[in-house]
Order: sequence, then C-alpha cells, then structure tokens
Amino acid sequence: MRPIPLALPFILFAAAASAEDCPSWQIGDLTITDAWSRATIGTNRPAVFYAEILNAGPEDDALVAISTPVADMPMLHETVVRDGVASMPHAMSVPVPAGGSASLEPGGFHGMLMGLNAALAEDESFPLTMTFEKAGEVTIDVGITAMNGRGPTCRIDGS
Amino acid sequence: MRLTPLQKTLWIAAILASVLFVAARPWFPAQPQMTSAATGDELRPQFDLPDGAGRMRNSPEFRGQWLLVFFGFTNCPDVCPTTLSEVAEVMDGLGRAAERVQPIFISIDPERDRALGIDDYTAAFHPRILGLAGDADQTRTAADSFHIYYEREAAEQAPDGYTMSHSPGLFLIGPDGVWLRQYAYGTPAAEILADLQERF
Repeated sequence: MRPIPLALPFILFAAAASAEDCPSWQIGDLTITDAWSRATIGTNRPAVFYAEILNAGPEDDALVAISTPVADMPMLHETVVRDGVASMPHAMSVPVPAGGSASLEPGGFHGMLMGLNAALAEDESFPLTMTFEKAGEVTIDVGITAMNGRGPTCRIDGS
Repeated sequence: MRLTPLQKTLWIAAILASVLFVAARPWFPAQPQMTSAATGDELRPQFDLPDGAGRMRNSPEFRGQWLLVFFGFTNCPDVCPTTLSEVAEVMDGLGRAAERVQPIFISIDPERDRALGIDDYTAAFHPRILGLAGDADQTRTAADSFHIYYEREAAEQAPDGYTMSHSPGLFLIGPDGVWLRQYAYGTPAAEILADLQERF
C-alpha cells in the first residue's frame, strides 16, 4: 500500500471545503480532523500541533510519529499536571482505541514542533505526516491560528 | 562525657536549628497548590523584576489594580500559550473594566526569555500583558513569595537541551496586594471573567 498518494485526493478535497466544515483526512479506519497550530514569532520557539483522531475500526491503533517540512525535530509530547506541577514528558505514542478517538489538544497530548525552518503565519497552513502503527502514514494540512488561538479556525470564529 | 564550650555551642545551635526548621515549616508549604482556605493569614506576594525594557517593576507599584499573575516560559508550546490566550479573552471580555486589571507574565526561564524577547511574546497574546524576566535570584524570590514551584529539567531533545516544569495556575491578587485565589490550569476564560466581574 502506498499511503501518501492515497491521501492526496483527501487533501485536495479538504482544500475545497468551506470554512464551516473542518477538513478531514482518512487512512484505513482512521479519520483525522480539527488539525491546527498556532502562529509563531520567528523560528526560535517551538510550535504546536493539535488534531482529533477517530478510529471507526475494530482494532486499536496508535499515532507513533509526526513529521513535517516546517520543523526539523517534531515530537509527540503530553502535558501532565501532577501535584499542581505541569511537565511535558515525551510521549512514545498516542493510543487510538478501536471504536474510539484520541485528541491532541491543549493541556494533553500535542505535537511539539522544534527546529522550525520558517515562522508559522496566521491563516496559512503546512503539511504534516502522521504515522500510525497499523494504518500507516497520512499527510494532512494543518491550519494556523493566531498566537492566542484556542481551537481550529473551522470550529472557533476568529482567534 | 565532658563537652568543650565549642561542642556545647554547636549542640545548642543544632537543636535550635531543628526547632526553628520544624516551627517554620507551616509557612513554607511543600505543596505548590494553595487554596484560600489554606492561607489562614493574608498572603501578600512580592516581586521585584525587570520588564522587557529593563525597568524594575515591583508589587507595590500595582496597588489599586487587580493582578492576574502567571509564571511560565516562552519556549513552552502548550500550557503557556493556552493560559495566556485565556487571559487575553478575559481582558477582552472585561471591556472598560479591563483598565482595573493588570495581567503579568513572570518568566521562570528568564535568561533565555530575555534573549528571545519577552515583550513581543506577551504582546502577541494581548497588548496589556506585562512580561517580567529577572535574574535567577529575583525569579526564585518572586516564585517563593507566590508559593509556586518551578524546576529546570534536562531534556536532550528540547531546544538548548532543557525544559521547565512549573506550577501552571493563574493567580489573582487584589488591589490591596493580597493573594485572593488561584485559577487552576484549564479554568475556562468565561469562569475567570465571571469571577472577576463578581468582585468588581
């Protein structure tokens, strides 16, 4: 199976979707939607990546890696608040249970995009490839909100 | 056994130190999480830290204003932008009453944040947020005074090989400088806004 060419029609479809609909991408039984990131000032600070993953299939899967041309070192992290202290350990993978979903969202799992090659500008977008343990790879398009964005622009009006 | 005067002095000093340590512990809670019920006496957090322009800003300067204080670092991709966005929404939601509130972002990673620029970072969330970044001692003193925890953690993969763990709450200080409450990380902006409006 060649996952990236398979994903291309979905990217084109997503680009055509109106602002009310959140674009979505599919790979096997997985649907990825609500992909977003926040604008950055320059390239010296890490950017973030959030998305929703739905698993309609009968098998558990897991997001094991992300990669993107905008960052040299993208990693999966999880914000953990324990005893009133927030830390951000590296997450080896994000489980996507059968018939369930996984959220990369503020205060939880998120992609940390380090080593930015370019500043992320509001209202633009960038491609990002998600690698799943079983379903394989899918390349999605991540919309960029303002620095004070609180959710994908397709869900929240403005910043 | 006979003790020399020096030994006696040392023993007395050691006993005194132990007693003082035990007696003073309640004033230095190990838990960074605090509730207003736990404070008993009034807590008046103090800070004396330079702003982005290098001007010293201290807590008495802000008497008469409500302070929303958050400790963080600008390399933080998730918790800090999320909280500062909530603060921005609160400020916008307050309308004219926002004049009475001063949001303050205190860097717990001050050396790096000064190099990266703290003003352009805070301004990107809301122009009224004041960013402060001192030296190591000033920062530790301010954090202790708010009873917040922070620590540098080695992280090979992170930018510059380290990251920070920290207490992520947002603190409300009244116009008289008294610590009023903490909004736990993740408290929706609407809830903070409603709480502030009730107090005005």
